[in-house]
Amino acid sequence: MTILTIDKKQFEKKVGKMDKEMDNTITMMGTPVESVSDNEISIEVFPNRPDLLSYQGFCRSLLQYLGKKKFAEYNVNKPLKDYVVKIEKPVKSVRPYTACAIVKGLKLDNEKIKEIIDIQEKLHLTLGRKRKKLAIGIYPLEKIKLPIRYTAKKPDEIKFIPLEFDKELTGAQILRQHPTGRDYAFLLEGYDLYPVFIDANNKVLSMPPIINSRETGKIDENTKEVFIECSGSNLVYLKKTINIIASTLADMGGQIYAMEIQDSENFISPDLKPEKIKVNLSDINKTLGLNLNEKDFIKYLQKMGLEYEKGEVLIPAYRADILHWVDIAEEVAIGYGYENFNAELPKISTVGEEDKREVLKNIIREILVGLNLLEVSSFHLAIKDDIKKMNYDFKDFIEIENSKTEYNVLRMDLASNLLKILSENSDSAYPQKMFEIGKVFSLDKSNSNGVEEKERLCVALSHDSVNFTELKSVLDYLFKMLDKSYRLEQFDNFNFIPGRSAKIFVDNFEIGIIGEVAPRVLSNWKLKMPVSAFELNIGFLSL
Amino acid sequence: MDKTFDKKTLVESLSPIERKVLPHLSDSFIGVDKISEKSGTDMTTTLRALEFLKNKKLVDLDVKEKKIIQAGINGIYYLKKQLPERRLLNELEKKREIKLDEVGKVCDLNENELRIAFGVLKKKAFIEISSGKIILTASKQELTKKMLEELFLEKLPVEFDLLEPEEKYAFKNLESRKDIISIEDKRIISVKLTELGKEISKSNLDENLIEQLNSKILKTNAWKGKKFRRYDVISPVPRIYGGKKHFVNQTTAYAKKIWIEMGFKEMPYNNMVVSGFWNFDALFTAQDHPVREMQDTFFIKGIEAKLPDKKIVESIKKAHENGMDGSKGWQYNWNEKDAKKVLLRTHTTCLSIQTLKKIAENKEYPSKYFALGKCFRNETVDWSHGVEFNQTEGIVVDENANFRQLLGYLKDFFKKMGYEKIRIRPAYFPYTEPSLEIDIFHPIHKKWVELGGAGMFRPEVTIPIFGRHIPVLAWGPGFDRILMEFFNITDFREIYKNDIAKLRDMKFWKR
Repeated sequence: MTILTIDKKQFEKKVGKMDKEMDNTITMMGTPVESVSDNEISIEVFPNRPDLLSYQGFCRSLLQYLGKKKFAEYNVNKPLKDYVVKIEKPVKSVRPYTACAIVKGLKLDNEKIKEIIDIQEKLHLTLGRKRKKLAIGIYPLEKIKLPIRYTAKKPDEIKFIPLEFDKELTGAQILRQHPTGRDYAFLLEGYDLYPVFIDANNKVLSMPPIINSRETGKIDENTKEVFIECSGSNLVYLKKTINIIASTLADMGGQIYAMEIQDSENFISPDLKPEKIKVNLSDINKTLGLNLNEKDFIKYLQKMGLEYEKGEVLIPAYRADILHWVDIAEEVAIGYGYENFNAELPKISTVGEEDKREVLKNIIREILVGLNLLEVSSFHLAIKDDIKKMNYDFKDFIEIENSKTEYNVLRMDLASNLLKILSENSDSAYPQKMFEIGKVFSLDKSNSNGVEEKERLCVALSHDSVNFTELKSVLDYLFKMLDKSYRLEQFDNFNFIPGRSAKIFVDNFEIGIIGEVAPRVLSNWKLKMPVSAFELNIGFLSL
Repeated sequence: MDKTFDKKTLVESLSPIERKVLPHLSDSFIGVDKISEKSGTDMTTTLRALEFLKNKKLVDLDVKEKKIIQAGINGIYYLKKQLPERRLLNELEKKREIKLDEVGKVCDLNENELRIAFGVLKKKAFIEISSGKIILTASKQELTKKMLEELFLEKLPVEFDLLEPEEKYAFKNLESRKDIISIEDKRIISVKLTELGKEISKSNLDENLIEQLNSKILKTNAWKGKKFRRYDVISPVPRIYGGKKHFVNQTTAYAKKIWIEMGFKEMPYNNMVVSGFWNFDALFTAQDHPVREMQDTFFIKGIEAKLPDKKIVESIKKAHENGMDGSKGWQYNWNEKDAKKVLLRTHTTCLSIQTLKKIAENKEYPSKYFALGKCFRNETVDWSHGVEFNQTEGIVVDENANFRQLLGYLKDFFKKMGYEKIRIRPAYFPYTEPSLEIDIFHPIHKKWVELGGAGMFRPEVTIPIFGRHIPVLAWGPGFDRILMEFFNITDFREIYKNDIAKLRDMKFWKR
């Protein structure tokens, strides 16, 4: 969840009073308000709207939503002399692409610098997938000599003073010694060459996606002109990111200048011309269940910062989320206002039905509840050591990767859970009689997921005089009520007292097991009260 | 009612234990222990009988709370072995002086006991400590006289309110020492007959009343001409516990009933273990989407899923890479390996998409399906999050389905679940457009509570399944917050804790 925090006073001056109505408006625009304090407003920005990850971007959109701002168009000046970034061959195998821009005429103060760093970090985390997909660098143009080369070098041949350090390190040292280097070292793992931006004076500007140079890569209050680059492997996203940052800086008062990116195919960056998408109003109306005319349709598009021209919707270059006309349908819906839709139940006839397996489970529940048994419900995730209390040398666990809790396997029986519940409730009044119906899991290569899921029933009775006979009466009653027959076949198993356990068969299929639980198992669970239990697959009992 | 009848009724309502106790009472207060002794009934039964008699206004009870001072664990020990200060004195009396580093061993006292003994004896000026030695300075007379604390300890138990000033002093000193004395609040109950009680106790209590009607009495007609003992129908009875469905299952059963009433079929799929393909890829969730990372999802070690037929796999690969039907897709290289990862379903929407494929194969539309069940999230557990949580899922497949109908289904369902006031607001999910979030208004906290999402499946989801874009309404809001609100559960961990006492006491779901 990405939260944008903005200054409340600044916001109120620019947009309007942050009252209940404004709170609702912001939420209904698709950016739920998380919290409002005396000084700050925090809002949630969904991952499809990276253009809202800055104060500038958010206000732009909100002012449009409130009808106070028109479609945002940005003028991009042609590249001046040497406004060139040359992508050299060595970097093509590491981090092959970059998109860049220059912005001039900035008046930066502490607040704005913080904002720029903030959007950069937020884009790294979201669109950039923690810098894996893309990384952004912003540099004071005054300290750089153009043109710039984007290339890759051997880690030991890269030498510069990184941000927050006061001595020169090599590329390899940065990954070991610099805190940011250590955090992101994994992104360059296995590469012989590391990417670098180098200016015409042969000074290293940065080693993406890790860190900038202290000398040429840090903006401050004196910075008026910046060079921005975004590097990574997916050019589409790099261009989008540059568009978002360039338009944010333009909203701060800057003028955008394009650069020529020299690659196998040269291109001019950034390109802030709106994209166009063909949309039929009838498709939108059908999807939303509305009957909008073209005028209303355009009004709602404009509220969302879009524009309409000859059957096509214009999408500003900073928007990264419009993939298809259905995305336009949502824009119109938000413009129309979710709260303004009249909910409607259509008159189509369908017949409702519960799944047969679920019906059976409910019947079994009713039968057992009638015997005064209490239904319990436990986790499908289990703890290996718990299972081993019963299945001493079991090995075929279905293990979970990197669980954040003690639960590390899928359960393979229900009895373990019931014994655990009994052991945790020894202070409750006896007799304790309980059952659980639920899935257990086992490895099965023939299944497309590699795992078989079986529905089971487990019944456990515990009190001072519980025995096989009492439990078997329950089993008898259950089968009688289900109008099924079963038979038992005596067998000894170390989980049960010898001579007091049996396998349960239905139609010659072994479906379960019944017995008085062995004292050794009870003592593993620190249980001081005898337990009798049966567990069976209910798949065979189908209606 | 006339008075004699009243008294008669009273006599007839006396239970056997009341009859047993009554003759031993008088019009002056007698301690309960004495009554128990005389009537030969145990203490609990006596108290119960007296409580019944009190309810009938036949006796007055006098309850006095008394603080009783008793010897604590260490007090009992010191009663046998003497207090540390006395033991030190005894040794000093023999030896006159003892080296500091030997004193513990000589007197068999631990460090703590020694510290206290020194303190006590120095205060009384019985000893001096100088140049590493303890020297006795008490007179013979002082030595033989028992200290106040010793006297006090021997006198225990005593009542706090009756302490003499000297005893109070000793009490204070001992109270500050560990476990020498303990104070117990005792209820001392005594009882006497009321005026009415006196009259009743004079009546014939031996009248032969039937206590329990049984088959023998019925068979032999022995009840004829006899009277039954009258019960006090107001008094409390022992608690019993019934068997019942787990409260989560009560609630889900109700929710299922609503879906079925609304014409929804239960989905034919309910697998908890699922491939990345059905949980993510078929739902247009890019392979580098954060939700697919290890930290959010439970992946299963060492196994690989089989993908469905090539046609749908190719179609989904295309949807991801370059899109279809005018969509741009996610613009990356789709990888079969990620799709084959096996995991625990992170949402029930993976059931919807599998069901959708079946619907497409059978050309079964318009159709409406629902599911309800557990989903899994690799998270640390706290009051508001659990690794297992419930979702309720629904899809409507219909050429004419639209966004307003989606709101209609949701509003209707939540109204039946007890939420008149719901808020629908914009949201984002990779697989729906338009998307929405459902909030319910929490009646106690007076604020909106997020339940989960809904929307219309994107063409990148529907086209690989149907070959063309058919509108599908879909939703999967969480379910646990609803039942937590109803059952007054504030901590998520309580839901599957299986505390038997709580489960037995828990009310039934009803809406």
